[in-house]
Amino acid sequence: MSVGARLPRIEAADKATGRARYVDDVKLPGMLHVALLTSPHAHARICGYRLDAARAVVGVKAILIGPDLKTPRAGGIIKDESMVARDKVRYVGEPVAAVAATDLATARRAVAMIEVDYEPLVAVLSVDEALAANAPILHEEFSSYVQSIKGGGRGNIIFETSLSEGDVQAAFAQCEVIVEGIFETQAQHHVYMETNGCVADVDASGKVTLYATCQSVHHIQQRVAEELGTPMAKVRVIATRVGGGFGGKHASNVHSITAWLARAAGRPVKLVLARTQDFEVQRSRHPARIWMKTGARRDGTILARDVEITTDGGAYADESPPVLTFALMMSRGPYRIANVRARGRAVYTNKLRAGSFRGFGNPQASFASESQIDELATRLGIDPVEIRLKNAMRPNDTAFGGHPVPSCVLRDCLVQVRAAQRHAAPLPVRPGRTRGVGFAAMSHVSGLMGTAAEVQLRTDGSIALSTGCVDLGQGADTTMVQICADTLQVAIDRVSYSQQDSDSSPYNWKTAGSRSTYMTGRAVAVATAAMRDKMLLHAGEMLECAIADLELRAGGLIGIKGIPSGVTFKDVALRSFFQAGGPIAANHSFVFDGPPFDPKRASIHQLAFQNLGVYTFGAHCVEVDIDEGTGKVEVRRAWCAHDVGRAINPLACEGQIQGGFVQGIGYALTEAMQWDSEGWLTTITLADYKVPGVLDCPAEIIPIILEDPEPSHPVGAKGVGEPSLVGAAPAIANAICNATGARLRALPMKPERVLEELEKRK
Amino acid sequence: MSDRLALLIKVNGEMHEALAASSATLLEVLRDQLNFTGTKRGCDHGVCGACTVLIDGNLARSCLALAADIGEREVTTVEGVAKGVNCSTVQRALIESGAIQCGFCTPGFVMALTYLFSCDPRPSREAIRVAISGNLCRCSGYVKIVEAAERVVEAGL
Repeated sequence: MSVGARLPRIEAADKATGRARYVDDVKLPGMLHVALLTSPHAHARICGYRLDAARAVVGVKAILIGPDLKTPRAGGIIKDESMVARDKVRYVGEPVAAVAATDLATARRAVAMIEVDYEPLVAVLSVDEALAANAPILHEEFSSYVQSIKGGGRGNIIFETSLSEGDVQAAFAQCEVIVEGIFETQAQHHVYMETNGCVADVDASGKVTLYATCQSVHHIQQRVAEELGTPMAKVRVIATRVGGGFGGKHASNVHSITAWLARAAGRPVKLVLARTQDFEVQRSRHPARIWMKTGARRDGTILARDVEITTDGGAYADESPPVLTFALMMSRGPYRIANVRARGRAVYTNKLRAGSFRGFGNPQASFASESQIDELATRLGIDPVEIRLKNAMRPNDTAFGGHPVPSCVLRDCLVQVRAAQRHAAPLPVRPGRTRGVGFAAMSHVSGLMGTAAEVQLRTDGSIALSTGCVDLGQGADTTMVQICADTLQVAIDRVSYSQQDSDSSPYNWKTAGSRSTYMTGRAVAVATAAMRDKMLLHAGEMLECAIADLELRAGGLIGIKGIPSGVTFKDVALRSFFQAGGPIAANHSFVFDGPPFDPKRASIHQLAFQNLGVYTFGAHCVEVDIDEGTGKVEVRRAWCAHDVGRAINPLACEGQIQGGFVQGIGYALTEAMQWDSEGWLTTITLADYKVPGVLDCPAEIIPIILEDPEPSHPVGAKGVGEPSLVGAAPAIANAICNATGARLRALPMKPERVLEELEKRK
Repeated sequence: MSDRLALLIKVNGEMHEALAASSATLLEVLRDQLNFTGTKRGCDHGVCGACTVLIDGNLARSCLALAADIGEREVTTVEGVAKGVNCSTVQRALIESGAIQCGFCTPGFVMALTYLFSCDPRPSREAIRVAISGNLCRCSGYVKIVEAAERVVEAGL
């Protein structure tokens, strides 16, 4: 059985030997190279362009500027963007022009010759500036933008929303202890090791084919078609191997720019962002300011919480509305709190757009929530794990907003990380350092939107599996093959898995929202079972028996129960292909079918979703050492317990947990995108922006996998991609406080901030 | 262009000719001219280690090395580590340990670990961590990469 097996990745050898083909490895005959001209202003009106000198450069084949674009603006829920700036620039680094030339040096030379006349405008670089009375407005035409959900438009507000349950004011009146504070989180960049890029080709009919490192071929297809003003039938997107995504490789300027230039030049073009440009042009995690107030009875029962979240969305809306919505939903934490009010707003500023990033608003909300749970525990004199256990959600509870949660092993997660830490042999503490232990609990969802899978039988009994789920590195390819092979009881090397191609792959919304194993995995399981049933029909006719008497046997055999002989998948395939019934294939498609918000229970104003997914739970425990002289925090060891429903591939699950936790260490301690007073991003290289290296990480990150099968999934699985990041920052903050008494309410918890807090306490 | 130099570079045991600008990095020549695309461009600043190769058996960042400076030294890329279709012990260990996720950093780690084992067949965990401390991985949290190296030590190879 392949479900539950610790199998190496099906593509791992290609990656280990350098054969795996990423976007920058794609070369097409006659391919042009693209250079971008980006905005030097955070906010300015574009008054004119002078292109003559650039056009005259030998080797320049096409130039794109804003006035070339005739289609409406594009984007997600609020269509406010275009591939290159039109009329105005709204952040430093925003693409203003793009040149395709025979080689990159020529393209760069030509770009340097483009002159753009700007009328600089006052830039809005913080949420406070954006919300100030008389603040310059970034999007004067906001009301004319296509918006699939209305919720913004007042001043620089992208989106406003609220969600509440119970009576918060009345509940606070009954609280014996109340804690209140403001928490601040920073812009984090995804830093996928492969920068974003795209190669676009064009045929004689004008159809473009894009080779893209992306999170969904269908999403990119839709966005590029929208921006080119062409039917989706004229845009084909093929996924290359993806060198990490983490939420950052949804549609981006690069895809549409390459597509536009390929059509203009009639030749293939390549644009792969340099690391510095990737920092400037892509997207970040939303910086957030979170005011939170939580009250409890003296016995530790939490009665009420009030939350206000303001996120900095940057210059374009991108995923700001859904990220904000999800942050509100997660702001209750995985606790039974009957009275909760959460209000939020996302705000435009003249900085890089913020968007989806592993955790999707949850890391921000959980940093505040889990820090405050510890503050409450301290005030009440209750153990931090005990207060969590006391208030933890249990099976058949409801989530904030009223979604039923049939499966919940949060208490087990907490108990297990505590026990594991208690039973581990203590690590020595070096002189001058103080040790602290911290905990955090979390919930998350996996689900969302639509997906599909297709399974076909080949003439020798091999199976061809196809989905639209792009593997960003988490192991989705292997997981899908394991589910398929397991359902048919064949070895995984009997299943081929196709590269995602928008012309032939079944639809998949995106690789996002911890949804691949849950959503596409469900589709694969159901489609494979449907194909198995068709094979059984053939076998029944071949063996002249009732279907109920048949059994599937390991290795691609179907036989009559109790009788050794039978037919092979090949026998069945040949019959279907050449004699009766037609080639065997099956597919399954569905859209997330969980219940919507419960309007009787929750008061909802302008949420970006109605339902989301199934709920998952986890708990982290960390041991940290704080250097009292320098304020440096070192995470020594971590235990991360996650309910994955069922681990299709425990090796891949562990990798997701360990990797997510380390991305969380970066978020907690070192990573921060910083802008200067003119709106220039100052952290544009990996030397300036500190991603954790191995010596910044504990040698032991111990995954604890809990398996409580999810009833709505045929194999019982749920996602774990995002939750693993969520607990790291609050667990580390709680450990710092446990060691020193210093409560840090802003990320990242750099040594100077820790030291400052330590000084305050002296 | 006029400032191109004719280069003769030995890569993975074979001589290769390339025509490159005097400012071209070894990474550019390997990837763009000689099609050794297993060597990855991650940051162009010598920080991430994805472009790591061996020059005369020593670790080097190919994004920081000028192609014209290589001279008679021999370059080994990730394509030169496997023996034909058979992965090396280090590559096999990375595969079997689940240490490979998106895989973009993997060639750099293969080179760093290959170099480590060429110097020390039985490195400690701390020596392994130091040996890969010049390579960034955004997916794995490094734990399984270290485990892979320890697997090589245990196998006694």
